[in-house]
Amino acid sequence: MQGIIDRLTAPQTIAYAVIVGIVFMGLQIMAAVMVYAERKVAAFMQQRYGPYLVGPRGLLQPIADIVKLFFKEELRPKAADAFLFSLAPIISVAAAYLAFAPVPFGAPTTFFGMLDEPIKLQVSDVNVAVLVIFAVASMGVYGIVLAGWASNSKYSLLGGLRSSAQMISYELAYGMSLATVVMMANSMSLTTIVDQQSGYWFGFIPKWYIFLQPIAFFVFACAGVAETNRAPFDFPEAEQELVAGYHTEYSSMRFAMFFMAEYINMVTVSAVAVNLFLGGWYGPFIPANYGWIWFVIKLAVLLFVYLWLRWTLPRFRYDQLMSFGWKVLLPLATVNLLLTAAGVLYFGL
Amino acid sequence: MPLGHYLVLSGLLFAIGTAGVFLRRNLIALLLSVELMLNAVNLAFVAFGRQWGAVDGQIITFFVMTVAAAEAAVGLAIVIALFRHRESLNPEAFTSLKW
Amino acid sequence: MASDALLFYLFATITVAGALMVVTQKNPVYSVLSIIAAFFGLAGLYVLLEAPFVAVAQIIIYAGAIMVLFLFVVMLLNAPREDAAEWDRSHPLYRPMAMRIGGALAVLLALELGWALSRTTGLAAGIGEDRPAVSSVEELGRVLFTDYMFAFEVTSILIIAAMVGAVVLARRREE
Repeated sequence: MQGIIDRLTAPQTIAYAVIVGIVFMGLQIMAAVMVYAERKVAAFMQQRYGPYLVGPRGLLQPIADIVKLFFKEELRPKAADAFLFSLAPIISVAAAYLAFAPVPFGAPTTFFGMLDEPIKLQVSDVNVAVLVIFAVASMGVYGIVLAGWASNSKYSLLGGLRSSAQMISYELAYGMSLATVVMMANSMSLTTIVDQQSGYWFGFIPKWYIFLQPIAFFVFACAGVAETNRAPFDFPEAEQELVAGYHTEYSSMRFAMFFMAEYINMVTVSAVAVNLFLGGWYGPFIPANYGWIWFVIKLAVLLFVYLWLRWTLPRFRYDQLMSFGWKVLLPLATVNLLLTAAGVLYFGL
Repeated sequence: MPLGHYLVLSGLLFAIGTAGVFLRRNLIALLLSVELMLNAVNLAFVAFGRQWGAVDGQIITFFVMTVAAAEAAVGLAIVIALFRHRESLNPEAFTSLKW
Repeated sequence: MASDALLFYLFATITVAGALMVVTQKNPVYSVLSIIAAFFGLAGLYVLLEAPFVAVAQIIIYAGAIMVLFLFVVMLLNAPREDAAEWDRSHPLYRPMAMRIGGALAVLLALELGWALSRTTGLAAGIGEDRPAVSSVEELGRVLFTDYMFAFEVTSILIIAAMVGAVVLARRREE
């Protein structure tokens, strides 16, 4: 008994619990920050103010949103399948949180010397981390499919089926670009991939994979935006087209869960892109111990690009979307894979 | 864990799958039971592969999974074609070849 | 190790429960969800058997792709619940000969497998305790692309055949 208590209160365990807490709370806070950032960025791009009444500069707006959603009435259509109707948002949110588990956000640290040995800033370091992210992205499809089906309404079913067809189509290009990076880094562990990107060429160009694999980055970016159902690929949840698609019949906390799942998916895709292509936590002027600062900066840049895309580009029509995924992105990713394979084999890239 | 435990589990899953194939009157559930049987076989392969420290067990599972995917795709296409014909997913509805 | 046994029984319970629900649920959507739960249990078992790549491949291929296909078909066909009233209002065990014999055969199979296992030696030792596990992806890839190269190429032809077949079979006849 004493042995178990000793192990549970060992500094390593507590540090691990702290990291898990940081990731969990961090994702929730990021979702709230994204709610605010989206509305402010959209407002500035549309030359208006955005939220400014609640709190200084509207900073408490997400809290107001959450309180509003909390107090809304929980509706459920009578003909809806009760179990699936409640299960769908749970699957979405669980997959969203789970996808961030293998993603490292900083170099192994000892928390200012409090620990005997460094602990990784990662919930779990598996050596097939890239595949785990891909697998959990496949699981996210179920939340949407079940939401569309369980609502027992035309708009929801159409929106759900279209959205999940879109997601599984773009998963192929997503996987191909992941495979390309794995081939370059010779490992599937995200920590190793980031470590390979430390250092500089000619002293000032960082050795990021975005410079070696611009096509893969483009494919990953398009596929990532499509996977998270964000504009310009957000036809299935467009208000003008499908009355909000698969979450038409959802209200209050269940809708909030879908909402949160979407933002957390955005954060995860951006985090994976930062780790795979933008060098993770390595950057000039800050030692690797505090690399998480660079990680957060790069993450913020990518999230801003996400918002920028949404409020600048018109959305793709569904058949344009599908033909782009199958006829443009997939061949591009495949050819890139072949070229990379040739490069690695013959030129030792 | 003893190897026997894994094999018993694999046999149990296979038997449940077989029972499903015989007892279900729904084509989709039938195909699902077949998938269950294939998975039971996969488990046995991986368990034996681990027992002998060989990697072949895991490799064969890839082929089993690939074949299962191909078979599921074609099987479901057949189910769709049949459904269009008879508006029913009950295998007892398709009896034109019976004597 | 106690934690290994605990995890094994946990995953085994999830798998068997999922499998039983597949065979007994009337609603086809619930059957598909139950089998997905069973696949997650199996993935856990593969991780216990030190085959992490197979576990993740199981989730990606089976739970993530094949079952989505099943769900699509179920939803597009608006698959009716398996209604016994449609054909026969009786309990499965009173149904026609085919089902009775089928059920008996399944029980017979289970008994036979149990008998075969009980007569096998060397099952009580811990799994693979004397040999190290091979779980690295490099080793898997190396063996897959050298020893099993032919089978690999043949499966690619199989997949193309399946794709073409599925498209042709499910196409509407233009009249």
